[in-house]
Amino acid sequence: MGIEARQARQPWILLSPALTAVTLLLFVPLAFIVVYSFWLRTATGADQAGFYLDNWREALGDAFYRDILLSTLRIAAITTVVCALVGYPAAYFIARSRGNKAILLLLLMLPFWISYIIRTMSWINILGVSGALNWLLQTIGFVDEPVQMLYNETTVILGLVHFLLPFMILNVYVALEGIDVSLEDAACSLGSTRWQAFREVTLPLSLPGLAAGGLLCFVLSAGTYITPLVLGGPRDAMFANLVFEAVITQLNWPLGSALSLMLLAILGSLVLIYNHFLGMGQLMKGLG
Amino acid sequence: MDDTKRYERLRERYLNGDLDRRKFLGLIGAAGLAYGLQTPFARYAFAATEQVRFDGWGGVVSEAFRKYAFDPFTEKTGITVVDGTFGGGDEYLSRVKASQPGEYNIAHLSGVFDYARYAGLGLNSELDESKIPNLQFVIPKLTDVFRKVTDGSLSCVPYDYGTTGIAYNRKYISDEEAKEKGAKLLIDEAYKGKIGGWADWRTRIWYGSLQTDQDPNNATDMEAVWNAIRTNRDLLLKYWTSGAELMSLLAEEEIYVTEGWSGRIYALQEQGHDIGYIDPPNGFGWQECLFVIKGSPMAACEELLNFMLAPETSIAVAEGQSYPPALDPTKVNLGEKIPKLPAFDPTGTLDGLTFADPTYWNGHEQEWSKMFGRIQKGY
Repeated sequence: MGIEARQARQPWILLSPALTAVTLLLFVPLAFIVVYSFWLRTATGADQAGFYLDNWREALGDAFYRDILLSTLRIAAITTVVCALVGYPAAYFIARSRGNKAILLLLLMLPFWISYIIRTMSWINILGVSGALNWLLQTIGFVDEPVQMLYNETTVILGLVHFLLPFMILNVYVALEGIDVSLEDAACSLGSTRWQAFREVTLPLSLPGLAAGGLLCFVLSAGTYITPLVLGGPRDAMFANLVFEAVITQLNWPLGSALSLMLLAILGSLVLIYNHFLGMGQLMKGLG
Repeated sequence: MDDTKRYERLRERYLNGDLDRRKFLGLIGAAGLAYGLQTPFARYAFAATEQVRFDGWGGVVSEAFRKYAFDPFTEKTGITVVDGTFGGGDEYLSRVKASQPGEYNIAHLSGVFDYARYAGLGLNSELDESKIPNLQFVIPKLTDVFRKVTDGSLSCVPYDYGTTGIAYNRKYISDEEAKEKGAKLLIDEAYKGKIGGWADWRTRIWYGSLQTDQDPNNATDMEAVWNAIRTNRDLLLKYWTSGAELMSLLAEEEIYVTEGWSGRIYALQEQGHDIGYIDPPNGFGWQECLFVIKGSPMAACEELLNFMLAPETSIAVAEGQSYPPALDPTKVNLGEKIPKLPAFDPTGTLDGLTFADPTYWNGHEQEWSKMFGRIQKGY
């Protein structure tokens, strides 16, 4: 075998463990889910193998699923916008700070050391009727009776922002770090104000990071299941809750498979669109 | 021959020139690979006969099982009991369905309808009752219903029973009001935003039937039941999904009234919370069993079941989890605490409790669980 052929093979040899893992742990299970979506659930809860389009007809044609899907996408969009509005200034502050950058980044990573479920449930102790905020409001005489703040769409969005904000900040931070600060100074020396320099130079250059953070926040929030379960009220279910319910409560794995593939197709399309226009490189930088 | 000896022989052959370097390293590599592959699975294989997996409802119930049954059992027999938890029977059935035979062994299942579902999916085993002599102490009525489902044999032993009644905060709702309104307390506009409800389709339909004055085991006007469930939903603060959440919502006064599990409410009362509890007429009675899943190590499971049914174990667990045991009070002296537990029947006939009819409920499961899922989300 020639040296060139050996060199051409080397990347594949090095990649083979990762490719094997991805194939076995992602593509093979996904193939099972695709097959399952064409099966049927029988009255006893057992699955009937075959090629039936009933689940797909129901998933695509039933207004119930469409409405919850639209509501899920709306909540994900609001969460993403809030994360961007709150996360950008924080990322800017970290990127432009001197000396204490490492500490700020460490503080940003700290929440990841605590379970997502525990972080979500902590809001019950903060916003609950006998929670910290109600105690404070009553103590300072702002209200006489505890205010009901939990179990609505706002608390679901709050929980999602709490969970996803670090992803947004990290992505924007990485983009801002890559921008030469002297560009802003150059803009100012040419007569623009600080605000104009930020708007005309820094913001456009950091947009890929903002887009990467936005994509991550949107995809993760659209697929969430725990937050609406813990912090939502009776009408605040999201699409992943429907998948859970079909699979777990109704033992209808075929329908659950069709619903999960539907969500995957929508979120996957978004990722493909993002990749087409901006490429995955920025996303990888943020995640790294 | 042990692995060290094998390696020394191989090395000797290599040094003697019987094996070339490539072959020697290849054999070492193959041995390492084989060892690496078999080790994690061998652990399970070796452990299979020495441990039993038990899954239950978590919280105070699991604590009672661990303290009064599993630890003493392990101490006595050397068999380890690995205990897991689940939030509901549906979730657990889904996990079992996805598992390999033998992965899950014994489950603390609720209701005869769950027993029938497992049997329907072919997940039942057949117990050798001669290995469980303590079965003689169990209330016969509790065992008979299971035998009917599995043609006379048993795949479980009954273990305890309780009710899903109405729990209310006495600071806001008096005993008289609760008694007078009964199940309709859960659709009382006066408590809008302060009502809780279990996100379980059976319980919701059961209470919907009571709220529309129908037989919960034979509702004829389902539209009225769905409307009652919708009314309840619109007044709810939240559907709760676990016993821990039920206790937290009541204890923190997030809600004033909900239906609740008798044992959990008793546990709250024991903690000093002023929570009242009533079983309305035709309230939801249920029994729980210890179900052995197909593919389990039967001898070890039967030994554990017999140990758990021994009066001293059963009574200690019952006092710990606050649900009356399945032991017949006419055959076994249950002590002082158990007769005070909610839902306790001193006659051992359980005539005062209404249990779910498995044929009726399982026959409508697919349709009703789906319908409730939609109503729950605002439809």
